[in-house]
Amino acid sequence: MAKRIEVSDLNIFYGNFKAVEGVNVSIEPRSITALIGPSGCGKSTFLRSLNRMHEVLPGARVEGKVVMDGQDLYGSDVDPVNVRRQIGMVFQRPNPFPTMSIYDNVIAGNRLNNNRMKKSDTDDLVEKSLKGANLWNEVKDRLDRPGSSLSGGQQQRLCIARAIAVEPDVLLMDEPCSALDPISTLAIEDLMAELKERFTIVIVTHNMQQAARVSEQTGFFNLNGVGQPGRLIEFNPTEKIFSNPDQKATEDYISGRFG
Amino acid sequence: MTATKAPSEPPQQRAVRRPGDRIFAGSAQGSGIFILLVLAGVAAFLISEAIPALTAPAEDIPGGEGLASYIGPLVVGTLLGAVLALLIATPLAVGIALYITYYAPRRIAATMGYVIDLLAAIPSVVYGFWGLAVMAPTLVPFHLWAADNLGFIPFFAGPASTSGRTMFTVGLVLAVMILPIISAIAREVFSQAPALHREAALALGATRWEMIKMAVLPYGRSGVIAGAMLGLGRALGETMAVAIVLSGGAGATVNLISNSSPSTIASNIALRFPEATGLGVNTLIASGLVLFLITLLVNMLARWVVNRRADFSGAN
Repeated sequence: MAKRIEVSDLNIFYGNFKAVEGVNVSIEPRSITALIGPSGCGKSTFLRSLNRMHEVLPGARVEGKVVMDGQDLYGSDVDPVNVRRQIGMVFQRPNPFPTMSIYDNVIAGNRLNNNRMKKSDTDDLVEKSLKGANLWNEVKDRLDRPGSSLSGGQQQRLCIARAIAVEPDVLLMDEPCSALDPISTLAIEDLMAELKERFTIVIVTHNMQQAARVSEQTGFFNLNGVGQPGRLIEFNPTEKIFSNPDQKATEDYISGRFG
Repeated sequence: MTATKAPSEPPQQRAVRRPGDRIFAGSAQGSGIFILLVLAGVAAFLISEAIPALTAPAEDIPGGEGLASYIGPLVVGTLLGAVLALLIATPLAVGIALYITYYAPRRIAATMGYVIDLLAAIPSVVYGFWGLAVMAPTLVPFHLWAADNLGFIPFFAGPASTSGRTMFTVGLVLAVMILPIISAIAREVFSQAPALHREAALALGATRWEMIKMAVLPYGRSGVIAGAMLGLGRALGETMAVAIVLSGGAGATVNLISNSSPSTIASNIALRFPEATGLGVNTLIASGLVLFLITLLVNMLARWVVNRRADFSGAN
């Protein structure tokens, strides 16, 4: 069930430091939204605020609203644990649990939600999720091996399988290909094109070609200087951003004149 | 490499070795060999001094019934006290370590870590007097209660000691003594659980406890086992505290709360060595050899447990 996310007037703080300021954006369901911008501009922080993962750091807080299909993610009675069960995340470095087998990695999230699952049901779920992550054929004969025995690209697809096994509404990806070689990157990009039929996908990337290849919408983040908060400078259809952006800063960035 | 070279002449390549590297490698290797020599020396001493007792006729051994029936009860007593201490201290230490690393506010965590480390600095003779003067009398009511209500378990068969100077009290005192060792090591490994995997768990919607179960405990498992074995080593060899607290009998009983508990090997050596002569000394050294072997076995067992699932340790 893909869902729409509406962000309004979002400020994100770490203690007294304002990391991101004044973000207003609407993220469409069943599409890929790419976030680009120079390092330290707050795009990862913004991404992590969408499933409240930035709260892992002490002192993190937000002002403003993040609403997913009418549900305020920062409402006073909302448990961040439940938010994260609806909004999955894939990280920059592949992080399968090293102490678990491939099989157990895939269903790690489901085990949290529901301890009692029939063996045949979990078998089906593992197969479906690994097929959904285009990994099934490569690992079906060694599901009991540790996840860390796979190559980097396979590990990242295992993490995607783990994230989609719980059927989240939204999938956040924080530079999912930056630690991978071009072949593995292509495999992940193909996978994203399939996954957007079922999920809302938000991806942070430093690779502008990747943003241009995979996304429908692109947001450009920038900051005025060190110590200043990051801002969403422009948010437009990807085609427009890369051909005829509204803002001079966007054009400078994508044409390589700075950043 | 040129293709014209004859294949029968492999190029003689020797890596350049700098003096600093050589000195460091030599001294590191020297230290490694030194510890092996010390170990071999101790083992050789124990064996050579124990041989007279091993070969002596049974009636010459103190007690008059042979070496096995002299050392046997001591082995039971040693294992009983140490295992009891380990069973009490390990869960407690893991809990303390988790609280300090993942639950406590930073300032409380630092203070608590410091206080726990201080426990390790208290001399064992102080623990012994504390056990004798405070723990033993305090625990007498528990002894009586256990004898009445848990008597069907062999460990609590009674009759309950009215002084409290029993194996149960010894186990508790030893538990407090090994707590800082285990918790310090557990704390260290828990705090090193990779943020990568902790975040993976949280992003799947794990609560803090679930995150600890998924990413911290499995990662720290081998460290906790190693810490527990260090603690067990100290508990097995602890001499002063046991000698002061325990008023032991001689029977090989697993009863924890009576006055008939056997002494431990280490405290028995400490109590009898000053007055031992001739074959008595050899007998005591033979019991020391047994303690040495027990410790060796325990360590090998721990190694085996840790290595059994090395593929899944996360070290690769």
